[in-house]
Amino acid sequence: MAITFALIGNQNCGKTTLFNQLTGSNQHVGNFPGVTVEKKEGYLRNHKEITIVDLPGMYSLSPYSPEEVVTRDYLIFSPPDVLINIVDATSLERNLYLTLQLMELDLPMVVALNMMDEVKASGGTIDIKLMSELLGVPIVPISASKNQGLDELMRVAMVVAGQKNRPATRDFCVGDVHRAVHSISYIIEEEAKAARVPVRFAAIKIVEGDEPMTRLLNLREMETDIIGHIIEDMEKRLHMDRDAALADMCYQYIEKICAQVVIKENETREQIRSVKIDSVLTNRVFALPLFFAIMLLIFWLTFRVIGAFFSDLLSYGINAFVSGADVVLTNMGINPTVHSLLIDGVFAGVGSVLSFLPIIVVLFLFLSLLEDSGYMARVAFVMDQILLKIGLSGRSFVPMLIGFGCSVPAIMATRTLPSQRDRKMTILLTPFMSCSAKLPIYALFTAVFFPQHKTLVMMALYLMGMIVAIVVAFLLKKTIFKGPTVPFVMELPVYRMPALKTVLLHMWQKAKDFLTKAFTIIFVATVLIWFLQSFDLHFNLVSDSSKSMLAAVGRLVAPIFAPLGFGDWRASTALITGLTAKEAVISTFAVLLGASNGLSLPQMMAHLFTPLTAFSFLTFTLLYMPCVAAMAATKRELGGSLAALGAMLFQTGVAWVVAFIIYQVGRIWFV
Amino acid sequence: MTLDQLCVGQQAKIVSVGGGGALRRRFLDMGLIPNTVVKVRKVAPLGDPIEIYLRGYELTLRLADARNIEITEI
Repeated sequence: MAITFALIGNQNCGKTTLFNQLTGSNQHVGNFPGVTVEKKEGYLRNHKEITIVDLPGMYSLSPYSPEEVVTRDYLIFSPPDVLINIVDATSLERNLYLTLQLMELDLPMVVALNMMDEVKASGGTIDIKLMSELLGVPIVPISASKNQGLDELMRVAMVVAGQKNRPATRDFCVGDVHRAVHSISYIIEEEAKAARVPVRFAAIKIVEGDEPMTRLLNLREMETDIIGHIIEDMEKRLHMDRDAALADMCYQYIEKICAQVVIKENETREQIRSVKIDSVLTNRVFALPLFFAIMLLIFWLTFRVIGAFFSDLLSYGINAFVSGADVVLTNMGINPTVHSLLIDGVFAGVGSVLSFLPIIVVLFLFLSLLEDSGYMARVAFVMDQILLKIGLSGRSFVPMLIGFGCSVPAIMATRTLPSQRDRKMTILLTPFMSCSAKLPIYALFTAVFFPQHKTLVMMALYLMGMIVAIVVAFLLKKTIFKGPTVPFVMELPVYRMPALKTVLLHMWQKAKDFLTKAFTIIFVATVLIWFLQSFDLHFNLVSDSSKSMLAAVGRLVAPIFAPLGFGDWRASTALITGLTAKEAVISTFAVLLGASNGLSLPQMMAHLFTPLTAFSFLTFTLLYMPCVAAMAATKRELGGSLAALGAMLFQTGVAWVVAFIIYQVGRIWFV
Repeated sequence: MTLDQLCVGQQAKIVSVGGGGALRRRFLDMGLIPNTVVKVRKVAPLGDPIEIYLRGYELTLRLADARNIEITEI
């Protein structure tokens, strides 16, 4: 018999740790149908018949974020067999607020009281038996990170699933709210049954003024009128509006329970330690310098030391493999075209992208350490003011920062943003942060055209990316993403040691994502480019790529770049191949300029560009649409090809305009 | 007096939570309701947002939003 357990709890309650402990690596991440809200599922270890669903972390079932709406619909319309509510024992009151709301759903339910070890270590304790009696739900103390109590939790969940034990209805509504809920329950009973929602839950939501529920029940006008009067009456008696009245009542009930079950509540050792760490890390003077130091260290380790080492090792291996395959294919007498497709197209293309894998994995190792330790929330706290100025919130800072390394993980990291508006804006802006793959291009051009001012030009480019992002953000704020900025309210979790398992699983998932992409979309793209580069318009194989279809396409689009100062077909072709990976811009120049005929590549380049057009070209390279891998990530995160296409056109448009201005204004000074 | 006027280290009791819509609902859901004791723990390096402590956890919010929360000194 197939059984589903759903995990639900506040953010930072240890839900993901529990999920990882229960399922190990038997998990897959998908989306809820029709929305980009993540749905993680997995099998209970050694129990294929038990599916565990990890629902998004949330503080209440009020329908104000897409995640909450999706979760609520999921719980009401395709209820799991057992709801496992994870409650953080170290901040019991706030966690129990969600518990009360979940109890109203009238589903079989178990409470997993997490972090009991931390409460006990601080000398406090919680009377679990009494709490279970008061709430009317079974409660199992666990420590997800130490893997304690999980067997017992699963045993109890199985019993609850078998007996379909619903929470004993503890009517925590009192006084005037109680009267309102009951009167409304009678009125909406039939509609609630027709809509298949628990009557009491529906009544409470109606008292709250919940719009989706009001729509769902489709009440008659007369009923709506009566309900309006009931609520008005309640508000008048309580001297409070409906929202405040309900929250107030729930918290009063929770405080009463906590007063009975919590024995000696101290700040835990972790909380005290956290305050101490924060006195340094979020110190008004040290916070910013420390943050930049940490980021520099991470980038240095990722792109210069660890990641670079493994990347070099991997590309060495890939090259060895490719030359090995080359020899084998040649010896086997394979058709030269197929040979070229495999070696120059597939192996070279996919191989060059694959060599990025170690950098991505290492970068994500550090990011997941930052995230799981609790530091990322502090970064958002420290940076919020800066980003508020461009219409975003502190949370958008992290993805943009990763963008200096690679846009792919950066765009993937926007998943953590709570608002769709912030997410879309961040995804659009992130590619303006100059990614590391563009560095070789800058290096070549500055060496040729600005030998005296290499560093200065490079810094100017990085700075320009940021300035363009800021200007674009301003424009977006005033046009497409109008309206008030999303409020920034965020829990700052206690610093905790990241769980090794969670970190490793996270790395594994990112690696898997990346590999999937490398072998699907990038594979197709490289084959396409190879094809365009190897055949002419009559589908004859060409030996000179200047006669290829790619060159024809290059010539076709070249006029577009003429006003930017580089109307040569080779420059536009390089920009096109640069879409597979930005490094390809350099290799394309090398091939197309025929660097072998006596002149070196830098000398040949000097014929093609002047310093001004070179700078204009670099500007365009910096800002135009990102590589295929980043576009694929954009498509996935924006949830559609059309949106991704819009983003690409937009970014390329911005690049064109900026390069145009630079070239045309520059011409006035340096004729 | 409103929450944004509270200095670092000071405690106060919430009188009412103003504003409206999703944000107010979120504040209420997270336990910022009348009679709750809150303490300002920290101010971000650029002066905004602030970090408050209540019900055993830490929350960060912007001064503009804190302005909607009416408090009284204890």
